[in-house]
Amino acid sequence: MRKVSRLSRFNIASLALGLAFLYLPILILVLYSFNASRLVTVWGGWSLRWYHELFNDRAMIEAAWMSLRVAVASATIATLLGTLAAVALSRGERFRGRTLFSGMLYAPLVMPEVITGLSLLLLFVALNVERGFWTVTIAHTTLTMCFVTVVVQSRLGSLDRSLEEAAMDLGCNPVGAFVVVTLPLIAPAIVAGWMLAFTLSLDDLVIASFTTGPGSATLPIRIYSEVRLGVKPEINAICTLVIALIAVVIVIASLASKLSSSQGESAAPL
Amino acid sequence: MSSRRIFAKPARFAAIAPYVWMVLFFLVPFGFVLKISLSQTAIAQPPYEPVFDLTAGWDALKAAFAALSVDNFKLLASDDIYVFAYLRSLTVAVTATALLLLIGYPIAYGMARLPKRWQAVAMVLVIVPFWTSFLIRIYAWINILQHDGLLNQILLALHLVSQPVVWLATDTAMYIGIVYSYLPFMVLPLYATLAKMEPALEEAASDLGAPPWQVFWLVTFPLSLPGVGAGVLLCFIPIVGEFVIPDLLAGSNALMIGQTLWLEFFTNKDWPVASAAAIVLLVVLLVPLLLYERLQKRQLEQGR
Repeated sequence: MRKVSRLSRFNIASLALGLAFLYLPILILVLYSFNASRLVTVWGGWSLRWYHELFNDRAMIEAAWMSLRVAVASATIATLLGTLAAVALSRGERFRGRTLFSGMLYAPLVMPEVITGLSLLLLFVALNVERGFWTVTIAHTTLTMCFVTVVVQSRLGSLDRSLEEAAMDLGCNPVGAFVVVTLPLIAPAIVAGWMLAFTLSLDDLVIASFTTGPGSATLPIRIYSEVRLGVKPEINAICTLVIALIAVVIVIASLASKLSSSQGESAAPL
Repeated sequence: MSSRRIFAKPARFAAIAPYVWMVLFFLVPFGFVLKISLSQTAIAQPPYEPVFDLTAGWDALKAAFAALSVDNFKLLASDDIYVFAYLRSLTVAVTATALLLLIGYPIAYGMARLPKRWQAVAMVLVIVPFWTSFLIRIYAWINILQHDGLLNQILLALHLVSQPVVWLATDTAMYIGIVYSYLPFMVLPLYATLAKMEPALEEAASDLGAPPWQVFWLVTFPLSLPGVGAGVLLCFIPIVGEFVIPDLLAGSNALMIGQTLWLEFFTNKDWPVASAAAIVLLVVLLVPLLLYERLQKRQLEQGR
């Protein structure tokens, strides 16, 4: 067939260059985190020295712990709300305020973070809430549930509805049909949505900066303030650890989506 | 059939919780931004004059309405700093989006032409960097671009330059950072439309005698326009409001609006002006935002 010959030399070159551009900087960063020399550019042999120093950096450890707690809490709430929203949008035909609803859910996907962060902070100040763990969690939930909605909704859209209808014809009530038939089918998308929400929360600097209070910095806030002062080998080490954590999350998520694609068409757009 | 409608009813109830959440934490906060953008700066905590105090009764409310002012917006329009910041944001976003399209298109095109099983692998490879923290990705570039960083070392070793080049705190560094961070957002929608394209169309054009560049320009590119639109919007809108990348990689002599807003808010503690800046930014982005929403909705609600 002609299929293979369609790939021109130009195609291969642009793919190779593109992937090299995407991965080399990260690889270099990981490599230098194991560098014994304090000078970032001089290779002084392999060493775990910076990881050692990192574990003695209390502020960094506390920030990492705060970030993890926020990420787990906000991803869980966001997955719950996002899945409900996706079900309402793809199964709940017309209802009043539906346009506003979907508008509110799609806008934060691209809305500049400075605006989202600022608006939430003004709300928290007006309500006179103490800022810290919960305000950041609420802010991250608001952002990430929109991503969960998109992931789950696209899975629901590709599902064969006759399965649900068959369950109801056989005597299931709608809620029962959803729990017994639909939920297991979209479970991989829900898992993928949770993972996406988790990493987005772990990653966020701008919204967290606006919505957190004094003394409860998240990891990105901490890294950011260190980076502004210049390159430090300890930062390479913490970045490598974050990359490792995210790599684990990606493996789990891709296993989940593999499960999902074996049950039907592939899902998960982002 | 009727069974669908039965299913639809409980599904509607599913909307309640997320609906309430989004109204409370997305819609209402915008009301606050609007309100505070119309109030006066005050040296207090919080640093603005309260505009509506519903407990104070009708007369107080009327007085509060009279006190609303558009001074903050006038300030934004009259002060060169803000006008320049908006213009710079738009210029940077247009330039960066054009660069992204130029770099992203060949990658997406190459992906779409891979054999089917390799396409999935390539897609994962493009998505994975999007999952790693963007702050880390920017930091990785600081590592490379700094004075005695890898790039200068390579250039010096190859005798391409005789002295280390200043990369950090330049627009070049900023554009590298932006292109690097947003590349998956450009490549994925492009790939999605290119992969769906019927190869027979291109073959027909070339069988009829069109040279490759003409096949691309007259057949492939026009058919990929929906993907181009999605990719461009997905990159352009957040880049206009970008804060971290210009802050860490660009020089400090020309600020983007995201940075100005941040500065007004955190350093100058001028919340009303920061709010007004956010409102104007939102108005600037309204048309691309609405366009993006329509695209997104059409894609998801057709069930694809």
